[in-house]
Amino acid sequence: MPTPKDALKDDSQLRQKTMIADHFTRLSRAPDTGEKCVYTYVPGNLTELLRAFGTLPVLPEINALQSGMRGKSRDFIALAEKTGHSEDVCAYVKSDIGMQAAGNVGPTGERLPKPDLLLLSYTGCFTFLKWFELLREQYQCPTVMLHVPYQGEGAITASMRKYVVDQIKEKLIPALEQVTGRAYDEDLLKEHLARSAKAEDDLVAVLESAKHVPSPIDSWFGGVYYIGPIFTAFRGTQDAVEYYRMLRAEVEERVRLGKGPVTPDGDLERERYRVVVEGPPPWTHFRELWKMFADEGAVVVASTYTKVGGVYDFGFRHDPSRPLETLADYCMGCYTNLNLPTRVDMIARYVREYSADGFLINSVKSCKSFSAGQLMILREVEKRTGRPGGFIESDLVDPRYFSAANVKNRLESYFQMIEQKRTGVGVA
Amino acid sequence: MKYVVGIDLGSTTTKAVVLDEGGRALGRGITNSRSNYDLACQVALTEALIHARFSFVAQAMEERGVPPERARGLLGDLERLFRREQYRGQVDVLERTTAEVVGRFGVEDARRGVAHIVAAMRGESDALYAKGASRKSDFFRDLAGSRWHALAEEEARRGGGDFDVLVAVFDKAILEVENTPWAEGTFERFVRAALADAAGAAGADAAALAGGVDRAVSLALEQWSSVGTGYGRARLPFPKERIRSEILCHGLGAHAMFPQTRTVLDIGGQDTKAIQVDEHGIVTSFQMNDRCAAGCGRYLGYIADEMNLGLHELGPLAQKSERSVRINSTCTVFAGAELRERLSLGEKREDILSGLHRAIILRAMSLLARSGGVHDEFTFTGGVARNPAAVDALKALVAENYGALTMNISSESIYTGALGAALFALRDAKGRTSAPVAGEVAA
Repeated sequence: MPTPKDALKDDSQLRQKTMIADHFTRLSRAPDTGEKCVYTYVPGNLTELLRAFGTLPVLPEINALQSGMRGKSRDFIALAEKTGHSEDVCAYVKSDIGMQAAGNVGPTGERLPKPDLLLLSYTGCFTFLKWFELLREQYQCPTVMLHVPYQGEGAITASMRKYVVDQIKEKLIPALEQVTGRAYDEDLLKEHLARSAKAEDDLVAVLESAKHVPSPIDSWFGGVYYIGPIFTAFRGTQDAVEYYRMLRAEVEERVRLGKGPVTPDGDLERERYRVVVEGPPPWTHFRELWKMFADEGAVVVASTYTKVGGVYDFGFRHDPSRPLETLADYCMGCYTNLNLPTRVDMIARYVREYSADGFLINSVKSCKSFSAGQLMILREVEKRTGRPGGFIESDLVDPRYFSAANVKNRLESYFQMIEQKRTGVGVA
Repeated sequence: MKYVVGIDLGSTTTKAVVLDEGGRALGRGITNSRSNYDLACQVALTEALIHARFSFVAQAMEERGVPPERARGLLGDLERLFRREQYRGQVDVLERTTAEVVGRFGVEDARRGVAHIVAAMRGESDALYAKGASRKSDFFRDLAGSRWHALAEEEARRGGGDFDVLVAVFDKAILEVENTPWAEGTFERFVRAALADAAGAAGADAAALAGGVDRAVSLALEQWSSVGTGYGRARLPFPKERIRSEILCHGLGAHAMFPQTRTVLDIGGQDTKAIQVDEHGIVTSFQMNDRCAAGCGRYLGYIADEMNLGLHELGPLAQKSERSVRINSTCTVFAGAELRERLSLGEKREDILSGLHRAIILRAMSLLARSGGVHDEFTFTGGVARNPAAVDALKALVAENYGALTMNISSESIYTGALGAALFALRDAKGRTSAPVAGEVAA
């Protein structure tokens, strides 16, 4: 996950940096140490199971967003386009493919290992499937693709759960046993799951702290840092448990002191607008956009992006008493696997529960899993909450799709619209 | 007297609207936007104040019992002659500047040709501003540019210099001419010169006209408050708290012009905005084009250049179409290629133009749909609302998709954003937070 040099300097942030650095060093040494590496994606990731087999996860879309934040994605995308990928292909894919073509040097400057296994445990994104087909071709390694049913009816049924559990048992576990030479150890998995649940409790407390006025955190710009460990390689580790305990204590202290969130320019002095955001951030212009919000005194109090790796705030926790079932539920419970009515309910609930002035959609060109249906969501949430919706457009990591002047124009208009509605000042 | 001003700094033109303390419109002014934003604002404001002063001439005449229609006629003449004086004043600046450019670049061979062209332009000014004469543009740059080209061609034919050099001298000079602000007292000089010519035709009302001019000249105008908006607002010479989003200004301005407005479509030079407003003119929802300016006003400007037509001529020509050609691309860059391809296929210019106008409006229809649809009453604003073919296409598509409803277009629609900004300025000046501002205000 992103680590801005000067934005967050709390102990938890330093701890996260160390965790990430250690992980990437371990990955770079894997070819020598013999540790096995599994490439997998954030939505539906089965990190506890991978860790229980002693494997190390590598998350290509996190590497892609890191490339975006570090200003490298433009060149990586160009490289991928040179090899035949069209402009319309998801920019995460092109950034990752380009990065691998350029030597597979990861965000910390260390070389990433080749995959020993490709694990696709979320098929809600069709692009993931194609992405791994490309990597399979490149690395000629074993690949497991779990078919994960969409929550079309808005709930997980027993048969859906069984369908996924059967695939884990029959396909994934044997593949992991084969790759690692280890037998499946359910007790070890349960230990990881118990640690996950602990960290998840603390994460939820952190995210829900934004219900305070003023909010001590920003749940989108700040939120992406907070979800880092739990959405990636660290869920189920003791490191993650300690990180979230530390983070929670820091946030509770901010609440006690009545402090606003951290911004690129330090603590926000005055919270003027509270908004809910739907959609991922434009990583290539992350700080620029953050500053546009901060300059207006706008705080994101809840976001859907911080739920792409699990919607914990509505009750889900990894449950060690039903290890494979809980993993199946997790795969099916990530945000983009929810149907549109559920997403509308969720955003409307955020608007109400977090006392938001409105909600804003960042529609990204790359990700249809997010953007399909967003205008319908906008209208529906407006209707239900009576709060104004706003709409900006950009991309994940393709800088060509970000127009600062256009986005700023829309944001300023949107915040002024909130202000105007709040004071009721027009002409009579 | 105190006034407030709203300035809309657009990508193509900069507009200013001036209101008095009671929210009544005093004047509006427009100029072409230029790299010097401060100056563009200053020129637009100067123009708006000139317009305001003229409104006092009319008022003074009416007070002296001149019938309104007669007063309007006299004022029209006075204003036309004032514009002629203004044009001549700019030709003077052009003369100085081109002579300086000739010296600076050492193109002495062109000096005589340049002098001839300037003299010819000065000589033409009476005809250019004769009663009933039509002019291609309101801006000196366009008027002078088009005459300079024609006269340079003649001059070159007669051996008075190289055509390219003569044109280059103009191109170098015009920026400086545009960036030379009027000196103090210019209004009085020009208006008195205009009055000298207009008084003859005024007959028995000459004294009333002169009295009006005296009042307009002596009027002390004091700026009370200002608000800036538009694409270039970040560079406006205003503090942040006196800058408003153009979306809000267009919503408020449209509401002020047509109080029943619920949906506003604004097509400007590089932005298209679809805005929904409530019964108070408060914006409830909006959509605008993304980072690509396809289908905005600039597209029409590009097409006009490609066809060697004036922007004002595009719409009327498109209206002559009997069989509109289907155009898919609204990409400004591709427009020229598409146009040439269609022409080479034997399509008529008017049919292609008609298709181009429809293509732009189809894009606007998509934004309208995404912003929440079109609701009665519907107000169309921005520079493109001056184009009759765009208006026709919009009317047809709105009726087709949303049924019959009232569509408002003001002849002053280009000032909508500036009017909204002026209303915000008025509100700021009065320090109000919720008190109403007169809804019937129109620029």
